[in-house]
Amino acid sequence: MSAPKTLYDKIWDAHVVSEDEDGTCLLYIDRHLVHEVTSPQAFEGLRMAGRKVHAPEKTIAVPDHNVPTTTDRASGVIENEESRIQVEALDKNAKEFGVNYYPVNDVRQGIVHIVGPEQGWTLPGMTVVCGDSHTATHGAFGALAHGIGTSEVEHVLATQTLIQKKSKNMKVEITGHLRPGVTAKDITLSVIGATGTGGGTGHVIEYCGEAIRDLSMEGRMTVCNMAIEGGARAGLIAPDEKTFEYVKGRAHAPKGAQWEAALNWWKTLYTDEGAHFDKVVTIKGEDIEPVVTWGTSPEDVLPISGVVPAPEDFTGGKVEAAKRSLDYMGLKPGTKLTDIKIDVVFIGSCTNGRIEDLRAAAEVLKGRKMAPGVRGMVVPGSGLVRAQAEEEGLDKIFLDAGFEWRMAGCSMCLAMNPDQLAEGERCASTSNRNFEGRQGYKGRTHLMSPQMAAAAAVTGHLTDVREMMELEDA
Amino acid sequence: MEKFEKVTGIAAPMPLVNIDTDMIIPKGFLKTIKRTGLGVHAFDEMRYDRQGNEIPDFVLNKPQYREASILIAGDNFGCGSSREHAPWALADFGIKVIVSTSFADIFYNNSFKNGMLPIVLPQEQVDLLMKDAEKGSNARMTVDLENQEITTSEGETIKFDVDPFKKHCLLEGLDDIGLTLAKAAAIDAFEAKAAQARPWV
Repeated sequence: MSAPKTLYDKIWDAHVVSEDEDGTCLLYIDRHLVHEVTSPQAFEGLRMAGRKVHAPEKTIAVPDHNVPTTTDRASGVIENEESRIQVEALDKNAKEFGVNYYPVNDVRQGIVHIVGPEQGWTLPGMTVVCGDSHTATHGAFGALAHGIGTSEVEHVLATQTLIQKKSKNMKVEITGHLRPGVTAKDITLSVIGATGTGGGTGHVIEYCGEAIRDLSMEGRMTVCNMAIEGGARAGLIAPDEKTFEYVKGRAHAPKGAQWEAALNWWKTLYTDEGAHFDKVVTIKGEDIEPVVTWGTSPEDVLPISGVVPAPEDFTGGKVEAAKRSLDYMGLKPGTKLTDIKIDVVFIGSCTNGRIEDLRAAAEVLKGRKMAPGVRGMVVPGSGLVRAQAEEEGLDKIFLDAGFEWRMAGCSMCLAMNPDQLAEGERCASTSNRNFEGRQGYKGRTHLMSPQMAAAAAVTGHLTDVREMMELEDA
Repeated sequence: MEKFEKVTGIAAPMPLVNIDTDMIIPKGFLKTIKRTGLGVHAFDEMRYDRQGNEIPDFVLNKPQYREASILIAGDNFGCGSSREHAPWALADFGIKVIVSTSFADIFYNNSFKNGMLPIVLPQEQVDLLMKDAEKGSNARMTVDLENQEITTSEGETIKFDVDPFKKHCLLEGLDDIGLTLAKAAAIDAFEAKAAQARPWV
């Protein structure tokens, strides 16, 4: 009998084209997702070298980072000239090289990491890459998925492979069950808070444990999405019945006899008993609270019941970094997190822009209004998520609460389009990065779950959503 | 790609930990469809005020570091997004070598693809190089990839590790795609085999 393997080992082994003596491998890529920001130079490189796309049928392109999210975008004009040029370049490249494409005016358009799973392009056991670090999202299906740079985008376009060395195996186990009001976002932020933004560097994380099994596919995508914020290029969750159920019937999922054959293989995709992990982190599900970030690194995570820390609470290089963060965020040590007032609420992104996220936020907002002076924006992750939400009447709840109901795209998660924070504005955001300037020059970001962002919208300050839930229960 | 030669130059100290790719090149500059010309925007929001004036305190604006070709950086350099615009901006500025206790994986890989050498060293050695860098423009370091050693301005040498394949590609200025296309037969064979085993892909 062969040695026990991790899930990562199994997917890796199934995709090695060749291996050199020093362990450098050529890894076959099953799905290549492409967006407008990190691909133009890669397509240009192909053109200059007279190369073709090796497997256009395995390449899927969609504009998301730059696109406006206002409803008038259907008229087709992007006002920002540079953004327009990038989107037009993708239109042209998709056509010229013959890859699958969802243009801006297609209802299936959306954030590339939401579109892939939605259309059934992402399947268990696959290798998936994209010129975007949040490609880790697809790991929720038990697919080995990670971000790559533009040179590697060109390499995959030309050869359908990547030159890689194997990463180490890291296990993150969330035992037991989550308490009410605690979400997948709180899991993933809490893990980063515990391990740091460099904790997963050089590793592929497998998330496991009862609390992970309990999550829906949407929740699992939220968890894997932020593996990169913990330093790991990829996060994985072993596929199970929930995964198969989610995949079945999607446009590009296998059908008939192929479905049965696929299912047989997918059911072997789990970590064998006794397989080796180089690093293990275990967190009790019951110990996780609703969390928010206070600083400018995703590791700056605290339970909502906490207070803003002082630089002296840290050691090493983090002391200076914390000083800089507090200054940037305009926060004083000792301030209760729930006393922090906000100006803007952003609900969306590849982390939390799926239907379940919108349902969760709407649940909190139903029958409530946004606090005076707060600006709120809901940006569905895809045109289909938007349509589904409208069918369920969620758009009405958001509009009645005072939110803007937008078209699909990356929007204020990275603020490459006009959806940006003004200088000094503070945002309760369901996105994935709170870096300096991320949501706009001198903008201040607090990361949290959709429920928590909705709660902050209602009160105008960071809020423990559980208090609102208790009111409902009473 | 240009061959990586031995680098002798000024090293700039950037001790801040977790310098992310949004700091290295803010999103406003990702709208380019070219690889070149980003050097002037490297560290844009740390380097310039809103009016475009240089912020004198920022290390690369100080007279002694304007010509830096080496960065000595805090832990977890290049964390965040996969944007290759970050190494493009640094390379275009003139940076050839970055030394830190750790790098984010994607940034680390992207650097090699652009003729830049990221070097990982233990904390004590990074501290020593940081002190040397703080001396300014008279303190020139030498980074010798062939022999895998850094020589400080004081003549002290520090050995470093580098992946043999990545080293070879840098020294020879090799194009990855060309190398891989030479293995086209192996890729075809894999595809034929995979089409049998996993026809649904």
